[in-house]
This record gives sequence, structure tokens and C-alpha cells, in this order.
Amino acid sequence: MEPITIVIAVVVVGIIGLLCAVMLTIASKFMAVEVDERIPMVRECLPGANCGACGFAGCDGYAAALVEDPDLAVNLCVPGGATAADSIGKVLGRAAGDVAKQVAEVRCSGTCEATSVKMDYKGLESCAAAKLLFGGTGKCVYGCIGLGDCAQVCPVGAIHINGGLARVDASVCIGCGLCAKTCPNHVIAIRPADAHMVVDCNSHQKGAGTRRSCSAGCIGCRLCEKNCHTGAITVTDNLASIDYAKCDGCGKCIEVCKAGCLVALNITKAEVVNN
Amino acid sequence: MKELIAIVMAAVLVNNYVLAQFLGICPFLGVSKKLDQAAGMSVAVIFVMLLATAVTYPIQYFVLNPNGLGYLQTIVFILVIAALVQLVEIILKKYIPALHASLGVYLPLITTNCAVLGVCISNVDNYLTATGGFGGGFVQAMFNSLGSGLGFLLAMVLFSGVRSRVDKCKCPECFKGMPITLISAAIVSVSFMGFAGIVENLLG
Repeated sequence: MEPITIVIAVVVVGIIGLLCAVMLTIASKFMAVEVDERIPMVRECLPGANCGACGFAGCDGYAAALVEDPDLAVNLCVPGGATAADSIGKVLGRAAGDVAKQVAEVRCSGTCEATSVKMDYKGLESCAAAKLLFGGTGKCVYGCIGLGDCAQVCPVGAIHINGGLARVDASVCIGCGLCAKTCPNHVIAIRPADAHMVVDCNSHQKGAGTRRSCSAGCIGCRLCEKNCHTGAITVTDNLASIDYAKCDGCGKCIEVCKAGCLVALNITKAEVVNN
Repeated sequence: MKELIAIVMAAVLVNNYVLAQFLGICPFLGVSKKLDQAAGMSVAVIFVMLLATAVTYPIQYFVLNPNGLGYLQTIVFILVIAALVQLVEIILKKYIPALHASLGVYLPLITTNCAVLGVCISNVDNYLTATGGFGGGFVQAMFNSLGSGLGFLLAMVLFSGVRSRVDKCKCPECFKGMPITLISAAIVSVSFMGFAGIVENLLG
């Protein structure tokens, strides 16, 4: 082998490397994207749960959108709450609004005592899979299936399965709404944390049908609607729903529901919060 | 035309880079947990494979071979591919931010991916000498890269499906995680042996 071949090899590879280096240097000079230095500062204020409650793809997405759009509200982060809104407001020089704390609510009372199963399910331990099989394992196709898809997606571990029914620990819940999106039956709703009462049933069946499948379900008798002095309760499609803005927590509906229905409870849980 | 289809089919099914030649196993095991990630990574791989072949093939033909430097192909190809992917990332970031956001995470992962390098080298070995001239061999090489990329996509999508089922199953404690994943990868790979000879019989 002649020594000249070594020189040729070194020169060729050196030139190729040099060309690549020059190309990359020029490209990074001319095509540099300026990153607003406020984006990482805003990102610091956010909790980093990447839950998506703000409606953006994670905390980074919300931070970038906040800096770009001057009209975007700074209080969309539910887990971060007022602290995050305040600190973002300081970074961007905007006033922070109030953040209403929200929590998830499993709108079902179908415990093992109140309702029962229609099949001996041995398939995948997933509500989504069970839902594909004749609409779920339980007699009520609207209720909680209880296999814990919601508990799996919950980023803070606020959901536990008790007696075949998912329950949310409101003190731990950050109100991100991931469980509500995951639930194949759409049983889970997001409500204000200081709501006075909730309708813990999701069944749109007619009264008789609901009673056949569950002893705790709403039969749509409208007694609560008639007795509500603020007009907060309305019954649509055989199911009561509450307008939380109007409800003053008098508790009348809970009384008539117990007395007026043959079923023992259909508005099952009153959370009267002392304001 | 028939020849080009045969090249693509062979690259996808018979000589699948992941499942038959065992190149690019790192992203195959690392990014196959979720379908959308697997698809994103595969699209990035197809893109980089095409680009890398388009650049390395002429380099081999016009620079290395005339100077008798064919033995330097590995080091030169790695250098060129890495620089190229960096350049593409810079350009995407500037002009197509949306594509950069979806593809950008995977691009740096592929810079020194052995599947990409493997495609470039096998293109040079198989097509450069076979036809003599530059044009014909180059087109064949590009189609081989496309097929290899599609094969990678197929393997990733199939395996992400397999993996989502495996994750839900109750397997023995000692097999949980990577061991059962490797076993499933082996079974998927064995299933691809069934494609041996299919292209010759279909199009030959």
C-alpha cells in the first residue's frame, strides 16, 4: 500500500466532515428559532402533571400558548389552582382570575347491594373491554362498571373501587377530567368542589326499567324538581340534574326524594358544605 | 415496474429489517408501547431512510469508489447521516413547526440508528454494482429504502398491538416487563418467516 492512499483517505473524509460542519453552522445561524424566554418561566409556575385539564397538550403546550396569546386566561390550570394563576400573572403582567376548584364525581350508586350483575365476566380487567360485551357486566347499562379504568388513568390516585363502584376522594382529586374522558359509560362528571348536592345516578331508562336493574337509581318522578324553590333541579330523559349555580343547598329535594319515591334513595348523597 | 414492486415487497415482508434482519431493535422495543408513538417513529424512520439513501448512494458512487475508498463507507455514512438529520431538524423547526412537533422527538433518536445505516450499506452492496450505471441502481436503491421503511412501520404497528395485549395479560411475575416483550418479539419474528419465498412465487 502506498502512503499516498492514507493521505487521500484522510483528505476525503476530512473534506466531507468539513462540508457537513459548515452546512450545519450556516443552517443553525440563519434558521435559528428564537424561543421566548418567558415560556420556560411560565412553565416553572405550572405543576407539571400534564393532565390536559387546561385544554392544551400538557403543561408545555399551555405555557407556550399563554405567552403567544395575550387574551388567554391564566387561570385554566386546575391542579395548580390560584397559586399557579397568581405566579403566571406575575410573570406575564396580567391579572389572575379566580380558579374554582373542581372535582370528579362518579354519578352512580349501584353498589353490590343496590344492583347486581347480569353475567359472570371473566374477560380483560377493563371497563372498555367489558362495555363491548352486551353493554357491560351490570344489569344497568348506564352505571359504573367498576373495573377501574378511571382509577388507572387518575394521575393522583384519587379513585378507588369500593363494592363494585368507583369512588372519588374529593380531597385528593385535582379535577383534571381524565377519568371523565376515559369512562366508557360517561358516568363520571366534573362538578364544583363546593356543590351542595349531586345526583348519583346516570340512568336514562324509564322509572320502571331503572327500578328493575337497580334499587338506588333515579326513576325520574320529578318530585325534586317540583319541590325545588330555586329551580335548580330539572328532570330530563328520566334523570334529575342540578344547576350548581342556582342550588342553595336547602336540602329539600333530598327529603322529598326519600319520602316521595318508593325506591329508598334516588338523590343519594347530600354534601352540604358550610359556606 | 414489476421489479420495483418486487423490491418493495421483499423489503417489507421477506427481508424486514426489524423482524428478519434484527436491525433497529432499540426503537422497536423502546417506542412500541403506544400505537401513535410507534407510527410517529416509523414515519420519521421512512423519511430518514429515503433521505440517507439519496445522499449516501451518490457519495459512494462519485466519491468513494473512484478513489478506492469503499472500505470507509461505514464511517463516512455515519458522519453524513448524522449531519443530515441535524440539518433536517433545524429546517423543520424553522419552517414546519407542526411537523417538527410530531416528528422532532424521534429524529435525534434515528441519527445513528443501525437500521438506517444498514439500509444505506445494503443498497450500495446490492444495487451499485448490479446495473453498472448510476440511474437504474439509484432508483432501485430508493425503492428498497422505501420498502425497508414501510417494513419498519409494519413491524412497529403490529408489535405495538401485540404489546398492548401482552400488557393486559397476567403473565408470571418473573416474565413481566422486558422478558415477555422479548419473547413476544421473537414469536412475531418467527411469524414473518412464513413470508419466505412469497415474492419470488408471486412476481417471479
